[in-house]
Amino acid sequence: MQLKEYLLSLKKESPNLKVDRGGGMKVFVLAKHAADPESEIKVSSDGKNVETSGLIFDINDWDRYAIEEGIRIKEKIGGEVVVVGVGKNCDDTLRKCLAMGADRAIKIPVDTNDAYQIAELIKKAIEKEKFDLIIAGYMSQDMNYSLVGALLAGMLNLPFATAVTSLKIDGGKVVAVRELEGGYKEEVELQIPCLITVQSGINEPRYVSVMGIKRARTKEIREVKLELPPSAVNILKIYPPPIKLAEILTGDASQIAAKIVEIVKSRGLI
Amino acid sequence: MNFELTEEQKMIANAAKEIAQDFPPEYWREKDEKGEFAEEFFKAIAKAGFFGIVIPEEYGGSGYGLTELLIAMEELAANGCGMGGIWYLMITEVFGGLSIVRHGTEFHKEKYLPKIASGEMEFCMALTEPDAGTNTLAIRTSAVKDGDEWVINGNKVWISGADRAKGMLIVARTTPLEKAPKRTFGISLFLADLPNKAVKINPIPKHAINYSKSCEVSFNNLRLPENSLIPPKDEGWYLLLDTLNPERMGFTTAAVGISRLAISKAVEYSKKRKVFADPIGSYQGLQFPIAEAYSTLECAKLMNFKAAWLFDNKASYREVGKYANMAKLVAVEAGIKAVYWAMQVFGGYGYAKEYDVERWWREINLIRLAPVTQQMALNYVAEHVLGMPKSYR
Repeated sequence: MQLKEYLLSLKKESPNLKVDRGGGMKVFVLAKHAADPESEIKVSSDGKNVETSGLIFDINDWDRYAIEEGIRIKEKIGGEVVVVGVGKNCDDTLRKCLAMGADRAIKIPVDTNDAYQIAELIKKAIEKEKFDLIIAGYMSQDMNYSLVGALLAGMLNLPFATAVTSLKIDGGKVVAVRELEGGYKEEVELQIPCLITVQSGINEPRYVSVMGIKRARTKEIREVKLELPPSAVNILKIYPPPIKLAEILTGDASQIAAKIVEIVKSRGLI
Repeated sequence: MNFELTEEQKMIANAAKEIAQDFPPEYWREKDEKGEFAEEFFKAIAKAGFFGIVIPEEYGGSGYGLTELLIAMEELAANGCGMGGIWYLMITEVFGGLSIVRHGTEFHKEKYLPKIASGEMEFCMALTEPDAGTNTLAIRTSAVKDGDEWVINGNKVWISGADRAKGMLIVARTTPLEKAPKRTFGISLFLADLPNKAVKINPIPKHAINYSKSCEVSFNNLRLPENSLIPPKDEGWYLLLDTLNPERMGFTTAAVGISRLAISKAVEYSKKRKVFADPIGSYQGLQFPIAEAYSTLECAKLMNFKAAWLFDNKASYREVGKYANMAKLVAVEAGIKAVYWAMQVFGGYGYAKEYDVERWWREINLIRLAPVTQQMALNYVAEHVLGMPKSYR
């Protein structure tokens, strides 16, 4: 099957998805209120979670680029930007996106780090909405799955592209440049509606402005109450990273050189 | 009594913190060394609307108060900018924006506020003179009416930002001191557009804050239109207090912000640095003075917020002045102590430019001298808070 036919077949299978670009594009952006990996991370007493106390939370770094991209599209061709967050305490991130320029927010007050559950919750919350494009960050700075965007695209039968480094809207299509390993790039064309996940550096996210903060107070954050769907993954254990040891080599130059050779050989490097 | 910041105040603090993190101490080190204006920083805070915090929405600002401006200033200073986080906002938004918001005519507001809010127009205030610094009421710069124009003559000194400003708040005497029924009478405020050939500007080489020039300014028959006066004529001193009190509060915020920055760097260093068996941060000889300075600064910050709250709620300048002076008095002493001990933590490295603390030491030393000396703040508290006789003539 050719790509175009495949995309058309996807559209046929998605009766709830309606393309509506009369007033520009309707863009949904997924924004995670994520733990800052620089904060002090401790494994919880059950060994399967991370202690949330003491963690600093903020918008997931990749999602800053996602919201910026969504706002830029709206500024260029008009439309609406809706930001979606999952978690009981994700308000700060949603408000930040509203202050940056999103028009409204949807909050799903359910706590989970399971990518499948997150995607399922977002699907249920937005499936009755009209949209042209969903933008997610390439990955999350805490759990590192790079899954929510792709899973959601699958659940909504949407074409998708990951690790996008530049984006162009061309009529009913999105032309996206993807980042491949080794510095290669791939240019892909997606029929709207579609989903992309953006790589950091796709743009330069704006600072939150004081006027934006003021405007944000009148913008809607709608709560969508949903049950936590079942998880397909059972976490067995979370491990802290191994402690890296440093060794100070002593002796005269020839002794130190001999020890270096020994270490390098033991690592299989020579 | 609710001490918690509102959601919007917290967001302003976070927005300031994020900007500051993109302008770290090494950025300011370079600007200070080269004597360069921090153009990139200025543009960043302008784009994010920081120059419009106190300016009403109808004139292009966001219509918050002095409280929110101080919150923004502190986070900028504490998260990497030091005095740079305070300075430009002070000379453009407080001296220009706030003065006009409070007392400007509709003409002044329409003319200046949108440009100040957008960061398009830098401002400055020409108040102090070679023989009238602490004794402000002794200013000699005169404004004389000639037809439908005002003619300004005189010399000013320590006018920060005058070299770049496009707008200037000029404090001049419309009635000479000798003829005034009381010392506070006869002072008037004017708004002037710069550059102007009748205004000569000469930067003064100085100890710190070299990312902004502080200048000697001379007016030689500067002619201003009639409507450049902020009315009422001769009563400008009382209007000016609504600028000078916020200036004092801004400097308290500078003490708090610069100290937070210096302390955070010193604490981080002290936990790693070992001279003998243990990290130097474990020594009470370093812990106690830093803990004491930090606690005092937190108290001064609360007092400063009280002053800002009173100001935003239109309390009288006298009421605001009490708390603004007391907060500044305490904050300056504690701030100097905080940076002194931060420098001590770094030992010999504290003397190296690369560790930045020497720059914060130079910066914080300004605020024991300006906007007023500690001694004048003490005089104010003795006279106006405690009701003791005036101790000087």
